[in-house]
Amino acid sequence: MPRETPPQRPWIRVTLTTSIVAILLCLILISLSIGVIETSLADLFSQAADGEGLLLLSRLPRTLATLLAGASLAVAGFILQTLVQNRFVEPATVGTADSAALGLIGVSIVLPDAGIFSKMLVGSLAAFVGALGFLALVKRLPRTQPLLVPLCGIFYGGVISSVATFLAYENDLMQYIGIWMNGEFSGVLQGRYELLWASGLIALAGYAYADKFTIAGLGRDTASGLGLNYSQTIHLGLAIVAMVTAFTVITVGMLPFVGLVVPNIVSRFVGDNSRKVLPLVALVGGTFVLGSDILGRVLRFPYEIPAGAIFGVIGTFVFLWLLLARPSRA
Amino acid sequence: MIDIQNVTYHHGRSLILDDVSLRLKKGGITALVGPNGAGKSTLFALMARLLPLQSGSIRFDEMEVGKTGTQSLARKLAILRQEANVASRITVRDLVGFGRFPHHQGRASEADEAFVQKSLHEFDLASIADRFIDELSGGQRQRALVAMAFAQDTDYLLLDEPLNNLDMYFARSLMQQLRALADAYGKTIVIVLHEINYASGHADEIIALKQGRVALQAPPESFMTAENLFAIYGMDVQVETFGNRKIALHQV
Ligand SMILES: Nc1ncnc2c1ncn2[C@@H]1O[C@H](COP(=O)(O)OP(=O)(O)O)[C@@H](O)[C@H]1O
Ligand SMILES: [Mg+2]
Repeated sequence: MPRETPPQRPWIRVTLTTSIVAILLCLILISLSIGVIETSLADLFSQAADGEGLLLLSRLPRTLATLLAGASLAVAGFILQTLVQNRFVEPATVGTADSAALGLIGVSIVLPDAGIFSKMLVGSLAAFVGALGFLALVKRLPRTQPLLVPLCGIFYGGVISSVATFLAYENDLMQYIGIWMNGEFSGVLQGRYELLWASGLIALAGYAYADKFTIAGLGRDTASGLGLNYSQTIHLGLAIVAMVTAFTVITVGMLPFVGLVVPNIVSRFVGDNSRKVLPLVALVGGTFVLGSDILGRVLRFPYEIPAGAIFGVIGTFVFLWLLLARPSRA
Repeated sequence: MIDIQNVTYHHGRSLILDDVSLRLKKGGITALVGPNGAGKSTLFALMARLLPLQSGSIRFDEMEVGKTGTQSLARKLAILRQEANVASRITVRDLVGFGRFPHHQGRASEADEAFVQKSLHEFDLASIADRFIDELSGGQRQRALVAMAFAQDTDYLLLDEPLNNLDMYFARSLMQQLRALADAYGKTIVIVLHEINYASGHADEIIALKQGRVALQAPPESFMTAENLFAIYGMDVQVETFGNRKIALHQV
């Protein structure tokens, strides 16, 4: 009676990964070669070999920043979706980024001379508390209404964001809100983006817990039945999400939709098993954000459109398509 | 041996379990029956430390629930919940593979892989091993969940209505597999059943729960009488003997 069908999924994963790596390499070369100052790739590299010039100072940092921000935000989105057990959430839409901004505003008011390290600490902590609050809120929602979860997150984020905006307004810090909430890479120079490496490393560290996240995503009871320390896993995952979000907010600004669209696309093709999927999520995240940044640079050359805005527009359409084209399930 | 002593449980003000004490011997199949809302799932959740005990104690051999680490318990007992609605998009093979997690904590050995393979074959899942569980029928998903509990390879297995969604072919074969597990490996299986005839046909002992209390604990021969069924379910049921089995004619 059993009919043996050959496994097809690994094949999909390998093909997908190879093509994306190829696209990514092309995009990296393009990103290095375009800019207001005209120069050839060969010139760029020969200058860089002497340890100076445009490549090391600006083009390479910018390219790396887009890749790191895209990859780590996509990973953060994937982890958040797994832990909340909902496909429609991401740090930008459920108040995590707003909480980070609120924390940063708070620390700027109370301790204006605080160093970057203490700012990051407060920002991450605030994002963590914000994520915990969201989780506590979501627990009360009926499980039969999955769309209530992101809706609730948007309201929740809106409340936090308005508190942050109010505080910023009262204290003349409004320009920061704009910078933190609208991701763009035009200001990225050597020495001004390195925190994103930390963000990337934290996302990478998340990979060590991939199995635990997947198991937690099966639900509290199933996870506990398998001997997983459920709340510890949730806290750990939220800490990763919070730090990645806060680091991105303070360095290049939040990039909405990355954490939403990328995990959804990847999951559709290769599933939800974090151990298999996370590397691909990071890869696609970096590629998409780099692509958006390049588009933003060439569309109105020599002016720039922020990568966050480009991604927002494209991301919305991709997401709508995903939502509507979801295969009907038995 | 499972030793449950004076377990009482409240949900808010309402009393769900009322001083339940039970002793189940090691090895064999015990069926847990009773009307909807009797407290069967709650008792299971307490046994599997998914709900905190409010009073009383539960022991599996030397391990006391609530005093034993959750990892050790996961190697002692596996539970299949009644509403195990797993929504993740993972393959059947991966899901069953997570049953080995208590043993390897993320680093599967060859022996673990082999056990997963064996579980897939045991529950007729080899042909759909690489399908995503969100693309399966309810019955297939149910079998995958049972296979995951089986892969946990514990002495004790708690299954809450595992026959849900199974057609009669798979329902009977699951009961026969459980019988074989109990006989060949000495596993202790506690299973919540609604179809009393499966309990009669496959279990060594039947326990009836009613309104949070133990109403009856007896082997099938003495359990299956019209009086007992009336006392538990409040309905008149004819009980007939076929060969060495007692069958309740409750459908007609
Ligand atoms: N979360 C809950 N809050 C309040 N009452 C509950 C909750 N869960 C279960 N109950 C009640 O506990 C009783 C026992 O439920 P349960 O253990 O699921 O019964 P069974 O599995 O025997 O059908 C039922 O009356 C049910 O209404
Ligand atoms: Mg029940």
